[in-house]
Amino acid sequence: MSELLLELFSEEIPSRMQKKAGEDLARLVTLGLKEAGLDFGEVRHFETPRRLCLTVDGIPKKSSDVREERKGPRIDAPEKALEGFLRSTGLTLEECEIHDDKKGQFYVAVIDREGRTAESIISEVVTNVVRNFPWPKSMRWGTSRLRWVRPLHSILCVFAGKPLKFIVDGVAADNKTQGHRFLGGREFAVKNFDEYASKLEKNKVILDPAKRAEIILKDAKALAKKKKLALVEDEGLLAEAAGLVEWPVVLMGTFDKAFLDVPSEVLIGTLKSHQKCFSVRKGKSLVNKFILVSNLETGDDGAEIIAGNERVIRARLSDAKFFWDNDLARPLDDLLPKLEEIVFHAKLGTVGERVKRLESLSGLIAKQIGADVTLTKEAAKYVKADLVSETVYEAPDMQGIAGRYLALAEGKDESVAAAIEEHYKPLGPTDAVPSEPVSMAVALAEKIDILTGFWAIDEKPTGSKDPFALRRAALGVIRIVLENGLRLPLKDLFKEARSEFFSEEKLVNDLLSFFADRLKVYLRDQGARHDLIDAVFSLGGQDDLLMIVKRVEALSTFLDTDDGVNLLAGIKRAENILRIEEKKDKTRYAAEVNEDLLKVAQEKALNKAIKSVSKKVTSLIKKEDFEGAMSELSKLRRPVDAFFDGVIVNDEAADVRKNRLALLAAIRGAALGIARFGKIEG
Amino acid sequence: MALNMTNRTLQPTKSFQDLILTLQLYWAEQGCVVLQPYDVEVGAGTFHPATVLRALGPKPWNAAYVQPSRRPTDGRYGENPNRLQHYYQFQTVLKPSPPNIQELYLKSLEAIGIDMSSHDIRFVEDDWESPTLGAWGLGWEVWCDGMEVSQFTYFQQVGGFDCSPVMGELTYGLERLAMYCQGVDNVYELNFNGGEGEARVNYGDVFLQAEQEYSRHNFEYANTEKLFQHFKDAAAECNSLLEQGKGTGTYGGHGCVLPAYDQCIKASHLFNLLDARGVISVTERQSYILQVRDLAKACCTAWLETEAGGAEPVEAEAAE
Repeated sequence: MSELLLELFSEEIPSRMQKKAGEDLARLVTLGLKEAGLDFGEVRHFETPRRLCLTVDGIPKKSSDVREERKGPRIDAPEKALEGFLRSTGLTLEECEIHDDKKGQFYVAVIDREGRTAESIISEVVTNVVRNFPWPKSMRWGTSRLRWVRPLHSILCVFAGKPLKFIVDGVAADNKTQGHRFLGGREFAVKNFDEYASKLEKNKVILDPAKRAEIILKDAKALAKKKKLALVEDEGLLAEAAGLVEWPVVLMGTFDKAFLDVPSEVLIGTLKSHQKCFSVRKGKSLVNKFILVSNLETGDDGAEIIAGNERVIRARLSDAKFFWDNDLARPLDDLLPKLEEIVFHAKLGTVGERVKRLESLSGLIAKQIGADVTLTKEAAKYVKADLVSETVYEAPDMQGIAGRYLALAEGKDESVAAAIEEHYKPLGPTDAVPSEPVSMAVALAEKIDILTGFWAIDEKPTGSKDPFALRRAALGVIRIVLENGLRLPLKDLFKEARSEFFSEEKLVNDLLSFFADRLKVYLRDQGARHDLIDAVFSLGGQDDLLMIVKRVEALSTFLDTDDGVNLLAGIKRAENILRIEEKKDKTRYAAEVNEDLLKVAQEKALNKAIKSVSKKVTSLIKKEDFEGAMSELSKLRRPVDAFFDGVIVNDEAADVRKNRLALLAAIRGAALGIARFGKIEG
Repeated sequence: MALNMTNRTLQPTKSFQDLILTLQLYWAEQGCVVLQPYDVEVGAGTFHPATVLRALGPKPWNAAYVQPSRRPTDGRYGENPNRLQHYYQFQTVLKPSPPNIQELYLKSLEAIGIDMSSHDIRFVEDDWESPTLGAWGLGWEVWCDGMEVSQFTYFQQVGGFDCSPVMGELTYGLERLAMYCQGVDNVYELNFNGGEGEARVNYGDVFLQAEQEYSRHNFEYANTEKLFQHFKDAAAECNSLLEQGKGTGTYGGHGCVLPAYDQCIKASHLFNLLDARGVISVTERQSYILQVRDLAKACCTAWLETEAGGAEPVEAEAAE
C-alpha cells in the first residue's frame, strides 16, 4: 500500500475559491481512482494561495484483475445481431462461450481485464481532473490550451516515493515544487507527504489553511492582549486572510484618534472590506489600532509594512470621515425630499411614498401592540433617510446603522434611533428579532408594506425565484409576532396597508395562505406537525398568528394522550359517515337533535354530553383557553366510543336515522370549535 | 554620438519623471517597443490601440507606454489629495503572456526602488471587465503594504472575440505609485523633476491649475448640446469609415480600421463628459454604453481582417 502526493502549483488563487477547490480535487481524484477499480485509504487536502495539495494513502500497486461475462444473443439469432455483439466485445465467435438457460443456448463473451498499474491510473485520472476542473471562473494564458483559475505552473505527483512523469497540455508533472515566493529557497524535490510538508515549512509555507488561521487568530489575540486590548473577532475575515498568505505574520498599526468619531461599524467595515484588516477594542469601544496579516518576515519587524498600511488606512478613513462629517452636518429632515426621487419599484412608486405608508401603517400597529404611537410614527418617518446619506452611498451595508447614529446625534429618542437600525430585522432565520415595541411596530410595517405591495402588483415568489425576498419578509413578520407574543390580526392590516387593492377578499386570502405556508415551514423547523396547522387554518378566518400557534400547540398536546387519539378516531368516524350519507341524501345535516327520537341509552348519553361540552368549549375558546377546551372536548371520548359500539346510525326508521345523523353533526360541530379534525393525519 | 548618461542616475523614489523613465528603460530591456501616449482622449491605457486592437489576432506584441487617462467625473477642482480627472497610467502589454510574467513584473517594482525583503507584495483577486469594449479578463490588483499599485490582467476577450494567444496587461497607476515611493500623501506635492530647492517642480505646479479648469469644464461649462452632437457625429463617422474601408486593405482585407477606432474612443470620451455633466439618465446610460460597445466590436471585427490583425494573403496560397 502506497501514498499518492499531488500538488497543483499556480499563480495566486482567489482566497474565496480555495476551500472548494481543495474539496473538488479530493472528490474528483478519488472518484477517478474508484472508477478505475483502485482502492485507497485516508484522503487529505490542503490549500494555499499558490497551491492545491492532495494526499491519499493506502493505494495498492495495481487495480485488481476483472473478469466480465457479457451475455449475448441466442445461438440462432440473426447474423446482424451476432455481428453487433462481436464488434462491441472485440472477440471472434470462436472465442465466445455458449451457455444454457431455460430458453435455450446463447453466446457469452468472457472478457478478462488485467488490473492496471496504479501509476498509469493516477496519471490518467490527474490529467482528466486538471483538464476538467470545476473552477467557478477559469482562464487561458500565453498560448495554453489548458484552462485554470490562474496560470498553472507545475504539477508535483509522487506515488510510492517516485515521481510520476506525464504532461498535461504542456504542464509537466514531476517531484519538484518551490516554497514561499519571497522567503523560500530554491526549488526542491520530495518523496512523500511528510517530507513535502516539512520542506515547505522550512521554505516558509504553512500548508494547512486551518493552521494558518489558527496562527493568525492566536498571534492577533496575543498582540492585542500585550497592549491590554482585545481583537474584534471575525470568522469570515479570518478565513479570507488565511487564504491570502502562505506565511502569516501578524502586525499591529495605528490610526489617528480623530477617526474614532466615525461610527464603529463604519470603521470596522472599512478596515475589513478594503484592507482585510481586523479592528481592535478596549472593552466595548474601538481603539485607534488595527491588525493586519502580512505574508512576509522582515528585518525591520514589519516597520515598513506597518507604515505603508497606515498610510493607506489613513486615506481610506479620511474618506469615510469626510462622508460622515458631511452627513452629520445635514439634518435628517433635509434628506427626506431626496427619497422622493428614488424609485423603489416602477410599479410601487418612490421610497418617499413608501415612507408615508410606513408612517400610517406602523402607527396603526403601534396602537395594537402597545407601542408609543408618536415615537413609532417619528421612527417610520426617518427610517429610510440614511439611504441618501453619503456614508451609505459609499458603504451600502451601513444602511440602518448610519441612520441610528445620525438620529442619536440629532437628539432623537433612543427608541426612534434603535428602530431605524432594527426595522430591517430579522434578516434571516437566525438573525435576532427586534424586541422593543417601537422597533417591532416599524419592522412589522416595513415587511407588511413590501408583501402587500408586491401582492398587489402580482409579483409573488415562484419556485426558487424570490427576487424581492418576500418569503424572508413573511417569516420576519411571523417571528416578530410569535417571539414577542403579539396579538395582531393580519387581515385588517393588509387592508389598511393597501386599501386600494385589498378590498378584494380573494387577494387578502391569497396573501394569508402565503403566511400559512411560511408558518408551516417555521413550525416544522421547530418540530411541529404540519397537518395540525392545516387543521387550524382550514377553519377559516384565522389571521391571528399567535392564536393559531396556541391552538396548534394545544392540539398537539391533546393528540399525544390516549383520549386524544381515540377521540380523533371517533370524530373522524362521525365525519366520514356524515360525508357519505350527506352525499347520498344531497343535504348537509345540522346539529339539530330531536330528543324525543333518542331511543338507546348510549345516544341519549352522547347527546347530553355534547350539549354540556359544546357550551363549555365555546366559552373556553372565547377565553382563548385552548388547553381547557381540549380537555373539555376529551370528555366526549367515552360517550362517542359507546355510541359507535352500541348504536347503528342507519336505522330502518328514516326519522331515527336522520336524528342520529344530526347527532353526528353535533359531534362535528363541537370539534369545529377547535380545529378541522378531518385534516389531521392518523 | 551616443548620449552620455553616466553622470546621471535615475531616482525613481525621488522624481516622478524618473519613475516613468525607469519603467520605460526596464520594459525596453525586456524587449518591449516603447510607445508614446496615444493622441486621443481615453479613460484608461487599455483604450490605446496598442492594447485593445493588438490583443486580437495571432501575432506576438510587446509594448510599453505612458497613457494620460481622463475620467471627467473624478474631477475635484484640485481639492482632493488623491483624485484627479486627468492622471497617468503606465501600461505594459505582453502577448503571448510569458510564463515568468509575474517575476518580470516584480522585478519592475524592484527597479523603481521597492525592496521585496521589507515590503509585503500581494496578488489580490480582481477581475476586469469593460462593458464599453466588450472585453474581460482575470487577474489581480497588486498590493504593496496594503496599497494597490497595479492592475494585472490576462485578457480573455476583446470586442467579444477570444484572445488567442492571451495578452498579459500590467497597468501601473503612476501618481499613486509615485506617492508611495516618495512617501507623499498629497498628489500635488509629488516631486515631478527630482529637483531640490529652486529647481524643484511639483506635480501641483504642473497640473493643479489644469485640474481646477477641467473640473469647471467637466461639471459646469461643457456645452452639452454640442457634446450630444459630437457623440452622434463620432459614431456615424466610425460606421462610415468602417463601411468605406471594407476590402480596401492588404490582401483584400479591411483598409480603414485605425481611423474608425479613433472615432470610437472619441465617442467613448464624449459619453464620459456627458455623464459628468449629469445629463444622461440611468436608463439612457445603458443605451450609450451599448452604442459604444457596438462601435468597438465593429472595429475589432475589422481589425481581424487586417495584416496586423493576422489576415493572411489568400492569393498566395491559391497560386501554389
